[in-house]
Formats: sequence, structure tokens, C-alpha cells
Amino acid sequence: MKGFFKIILLTAISMILISSGVFAAGTTITIKGSTTVLPIAQSTAEAFMDANPGINISVQGGGSSVGITSLIDGTCDIADSSRQIKKEEIEKAKKKGVNVNEIKIAMDGIVIIVNPRNSIKAITRQQIKDIYTGKISDWSELGAKPGKIVVLSRDTSSGTYEAFEVLALNKEKVRADALINASNQAIASTVGTTPGAIGYVGHGYLTKKVKDIPVEGIKATKQTILSGKYSLSRPLFMYTNGKPAGDIKKFIDFVLSKEGKKMVEEEGFVGLK
Amino acid sequence: MNSLKERLIKLVFTLLAFSSLVFLIGIIITLFKESYPFFRQFDVFTSIFGLYWYPTAEPPEFGMFTLIFASIAVTAGAMIVCVPIGIGTALYIHEIADHKQRSVLKPVIEILAGIPSIVYGFFGMLIVAPFLQELLGIPTGLNAFTASLVLGVMAIPTVSSLSEDALSFVPRSFREASLALGATRWQTLTKVILPAAGSGISTAVILGMSRAVGETMTVLMVAGGAAVIPKSIFDPVRPMTSTIAAEMGEAAMGSPHYHALFAIGLILFMITLAFNIIAEIVSRRFRLKLGLGR
Repeated sequence: MKGFFKIILLTAISMILISSGVFAAGTTITIKGSTTVLPIAQSTAEAFMDANPGINISVQGGGSSVGITSLIDGTCDIADSSRQIKKEEIEKAKKKGVNVNEIKIAMDGIVIIVNPRNSIKAITRQQIKDIYTGKISDWSELGAKPGKIVVLSRDTSSGTYEAFEVLALNKEKVRADALINASNQAIASTVGTTPGAIGYVGHGYLTKKVKDIPVEGIKATKQTILSGKYSLSRPLFMYTNGKPAGDIKKFIDFVLSKEGKKMVEEEGFVGLK
Repeated sequence: MNSLKERLIKLVFTLLAFSSLVFLIGIIITLFKESYPFFRQFDVFTSIFGLYWYPTAEPPEFGMFTLIFASIAVTAGAMIVCVPIGIGTALYIHEIADHKQRSVLKPVIEILAGIPSIVYGFFGMLIVAPFLQELLGIPTGLNAFTASLVLGVMAIPTVSSLSEDALSFVPRSFREASLALGATRWQTLTKVILPAAGSGISTAVILGMSRAVGETMTVLMVAGGAAVIPKSIFDPVRPMTSTIAAEMGEAAMGSPHYHALFAIGLILFMITLAFNIIAEIVSRRFRLKLGLGR
């Protein structure tokens, strides 16, 4: 019996030692939030850690709302978001003594994609809305080859969905029979394999297997997104508690630097000037 | 010292044994506590039979019938796949297979049970769905049919190994008596062995259903996710489990949406609980019938 307690004691002591060793290795910045901003946060964090060995950055997804909630709860240092913070969230943060600070880091365009075999060449915002709210159900109504439109959407809690809802649907409900995919990649891959499909993804998730169509005669390019000429575009944010300082400031500055901008563009987003 | 040691060890094991009970009670309390605010705010009947699930709209709508229907439909479809294959496999292993075949078949089925559900989901989404879509010329392969198919395959091991157990519990004397009376092998199987093992096999099927209805990752990836009553088996559906999995991460804590998801969880728990109780009753009867006591 004595040996048994000894083992437990030893394990406990060694666990404490190990964990304290891990925490002593340097400061850790936790980033949480939008899956749209995730690739930016990931690639910049990796490069930043290579250049600053003392600083450790942990990057997690979860979605814009999760990021902002975590920032309010104090469980992350930077919240990624693909939408602007809501008034209620700012008030909630204030109650907890968190002073939310907004930093615009890039622009994102939501691109309407179809299968490459689809003959459609252009689409209007009204047509997008009609397809997604259920007024149009067949491709022949858009002058393309007849066939059922397979409408792909994202979960109502996704940041990309929230932006699409605001930018394209004027907050009207998506038709109930729309297929719901869990990520940008899933939408792109389903559109790539489904001839009658239509979907929307962040500009960063355009692949060669899908065809993007111009909206209101304007193709989603870096220039049109940055200038706001392309109508389905939106800014991306990182939120911090108060003005960033210390290592957090160092990281944010890096994201906004020339090098950071290059990485933002490599992920398919549009970097700010 | 020795008696103290004995008592200590006994205590430790008692605690371990009852810990599952503590977890169960904790989960039940949480489910009721977190779904109670939903049922206080929204009518139970209109929620359960409502057809529109728009949890983030203004005002939100929490009609759960399409979700419940989807779970039931997909589970029923899965049963059509796994019951014949599962029971057939069990009969083959038990009645026909020789020692060598059995030593291959049984581990293979167990490996099938060990494949993580996300792998089934991936397989269904990237291989089965596009294949069926091409083959049948349907608008999308992500639908109730594909989900049933994949879920059915996932539930085969549960059904087949439990059925096999049930068959092996039938005492040898039953078979010997039947054969001695001049019955053929087929007559012995259908008139003696199957009826004797019947309730054990029913238990296997019910537990298979329980597995299928609670499966999450696979249906999230394969069922398509549209919250509508499907017009055909090739339409997309959105089962209860995938709704919770997809939305819980982003539902603000304490919001009606959050409580609504717990309410779905509670309904799902009730369904699987009912399945398990039925399975327990049936299997108890089975053991009594074979004279194995309780």
C-alpha cells in the first residue's frame, strides 16, 4: 500500500514539474475565431514564431462568435472575425471589463461558384437572392441548360453565412431544402463534383475545380474587392482587449506588414494597402 | 493493515463501479436543466411538430419535426441495409463457416466496428456520394439514401456480433433434439434455432438502431443537411445529431438557440433510452426462455 501512495505522489510531483517547465518556456498568445481568417492567422503565426522563438502562438478555429465570446471570457488574446462585432457583444465585454479594440486586417470577397460544366456566364444579385430564397429552382430560368439547381449553403452559425446573409440576401431566410456543408472546402468540393450545384465561398477558397461567376457584371478580383466595387465583399478583423501591447502588438504589426500582406494574399484574401 | 487495505481497495472499486452512474445522472440533470428554459419559452407541441428550423432568423423558428423525421428515416434506411447483412453474417458464421473461415470473418467484422465514424463520413462524402450521383443521375449524392447506406454498413458489426452471440447461447441439446427427431438442417434452423435466438437477435437489431440514430459525424458529412421533409429517398435531410454538432459550437450560451439544441439532445436521449429499455426487456425474456435464469 505504501508503494501505491509513493507512485501517486511521484506522478503528481513530476506532472507539476513538467507543466511548470512548459509554461516557463515563453509567453503564449492564443488566437481563436473565424474559420475564414484561420488560414491567415495560421501562416502568419508560423512565420512569426520562426522569427521570434520566445513567443508561442496557438491558433484555433471555431467561428467568429466563438472567437469573440472567448475574448470576452478572457480565454484568448486575439479574436478572429469575419464580421464586425455586434453591439450586444461590446456591451457584454464592457461588463466584464474587456475593452474591445478592432483591427481591420484584410478584405474578403464572397465568390459565387458553380460547376465548371455549367454554361452560365453572369448572375445578378436579384438572381442570387431568388435562388437562395427558393423563387428560382431550375437553371433554365437563368438561361442555362435545364436542370435542378442544387443550392449549397453554410450553417446558419458560420461567419461566411452571416456575411452572405447580409451581403446577398438582405437577411431573408435561405430555402429550407438547401444542402448545408460544414466548411468552405466542403462547399468547393461538392460544387466541383455536382453538375447542378451553386455555392458561395470566401475568395481564398477558389479552386480550379469550380467556376466563379461575375456578380452584376463584376468579377471578384483583388482590385474589385479592395475597392468595394465587387458587391459581395467584406472586411476581416482581429479583435484585442484594449490597444495591443507587447508581444500581441508585435504580432499584429507583423500581420499588417508587407511580409504579412504577402501571406494574406497567398491565402487568397486581399491585403490592405 | 490487511483489513484496512482490503477495505480501501473495496472502496476504490465501489467508487469506480458507481462512477458511470454519477456520469449518467449528471448528464440527465444537465439535459433537463438546459432544455427546460426552451420548453418554458416555446410550446412543446408546436416545437416538436414544427416544420421550420431557422434558429438564427429574426424571430427564430425552432420546428424540430424535420430533424426528428430525418433521424427516424435515416435509421430505418440503415436497418434495411444492416439487418439482412448482419443477421445473414451471423447465421453464416454460426451455421456454415468452418473454423478457418470463422477465424477470418470474426476479426474482420470487428475491424469494421473499429473504424472511426469520421472515416466512414469521409468515405461516404468523397467516394460513395459522387459515385451514386453519377450512377443514378440524381442532383446530389449527399442525401438520405447515401446516409442510410453508410450508416447501415456501420451498424453491421453491432447487429452481426450480437446476433452471433444470441445464436451461440442456444443450447446444443435443442439442435440435437431437433435433428434426432428427423428434422432437416433447414427446419432445425428456421423452426428451432431462430425462434430460440429470436429475442436475442431482436436485441441486436435494437442496439444497432440505437447506434445508427445516435451517429453524428457520418450523417453530418453525408446526409446533405437540408432541414426539410424529403420528397424522395434521394433528397437531403438533416438529422438531430448533425444539427447539434453543427450548431452547438456557435450558439451563444444561454440563448434560445442554445437551449433548443439541448432540447433536441433530450429528445434524442429519450429515443435511445427507449431503445435500450426495450432491448433489455427483450433480452431478459430471451434468457428466461433458454432457462439461463436472469
